Amino acid sequence: MIPFSIHAHLVTTGLGPLFDGIGHVAVTPQDLLPVVALALLAGLGGKAYGRRVLFVLPAAWFVGGLLGLGLGWAMPIPATALSFLVLGGLVAADRPMESGVGTGLAVVLGLLHGQISGAEMAEAGLGLTGLLGTVGTLFVLVSMVAGLVASLHRPWTRIAVRVAGSWIVAMGLLYAGWALRGQG
Amino acid sequence: MNHMVDFRRAWPAYVAAVAVFSLPMPLAAHEGGSVAGLVSGLYHPISGLDHVLAMVAVGIWGAQLGAPAIWVLPVTFPMVMALGGMMGLLGFSLPGVELGIGASALLLGLMVAFEKKPDLRLAAALVGFFAIFHGFAHGAELQVGESGLTYSIGFVACTGSLHAVGIGLGLAHRWRRGRRALRVAGGAIALAGAWFLWKAL
Repeated sequence: MIPFSIHAHLVTTGLGPLFDGIGHVAVTPQDLLPVVALALLAGLGGKAYGRRVLFVLPAAWFVGGLLGLGLGWAMPIPATALSFLVLGGLVAADRPMESGVGTGLAVVLGLLHGQISGAEMAEAGLGLTGLLGTVGTLFVLVSMVAGLVASLHRPWTRIAVRVAGSWIVAMGLLYAGWALRGQG
Repeated sequence: MNHMVDFRRAWPAYVAAVAVFSLPMPLAAHEGGSVAGLVSGLYHPISGLDHVLAMVAVGIWGAQLGAPAIWVLPVTFPMVMALGGMMGLLGFSLPGVELGIGASALLLGLMVAFEKKPDLRLAAALVGFFAIFHGFAHGAELQVGESGLTYSIGFVACTGSLHAVGIGLGLAHRWRRGRRALRVAGGAIALAGAWFLWKAL
């Protein structure tokens, strides 16, 4: 858990920092899958929880990103494997959750991954514009996924979402193994 | 006039959007390790008949058992399989891996062939036990320079899709001829499993 300097691996679109930031989540599975898991969880939790996550996650990500941009260091990337396990596990379990806990998960995810994202952007010189692009993508992604899941009513569709959660847990377990071996 | 999107009608568009979103993009073209890892992970589960038959058998057996086993078994398998893969990555040793894989096809095939319906916990434990061997053997086979995370994503997604194929085939269980065909398929899987076991011995 010792902070370390990020070796930037951001890919560039050639369209400037805003589009680099927009594309960042899409090509970074370390961020994309936990966000999808949280959006699935938000959808399973109902419309009210979905709406709350829709605003809380991008806001927390923005704050975390600012920290990352300012400090230039972040939590070790293997720590993000925990996001896969916790959020994927909650989706797979599909148990009722207190609203404070649900919101807290969005805050923690946003701060942790946002900080890593921000540190990478500082290294790659994308700055605040890149961070805003990423936050915008998160808003769109969460609204699409959570909105879809919240609209599902047939029992088998809810089960399909839970199966997706179990896949994310499985990916997280293997990712943790690779990360601990230094090949994540 | 109601301008709200009806998600129930629009879900195919959403699925298509997510699929496009998930495709390797030119943006990632120079991240060869990530794309190669994903392709390698997607291909690996279907590169060995032992893994394919066992995964399909899990799906068919789940369908034969009906709810909730139809989803409990395919949920159990990938998670425990990943645990097995993690054990391999962390350097644990597991004796008789090939024997375990051969036995999985044999026993799961027999379960399908005889339409065995044990207690759900027992069925999940059996599937989970064999999943460890599959994960241990296949979950950690990464080429140099490939991304472990994208390999894992491809590997889990492909394995889960094989379960889905098994469940799809297993839906034939609702018809008399379908039930017979599934039992024959189970017998064929068991025979193949016996062959894998023989080769491993």
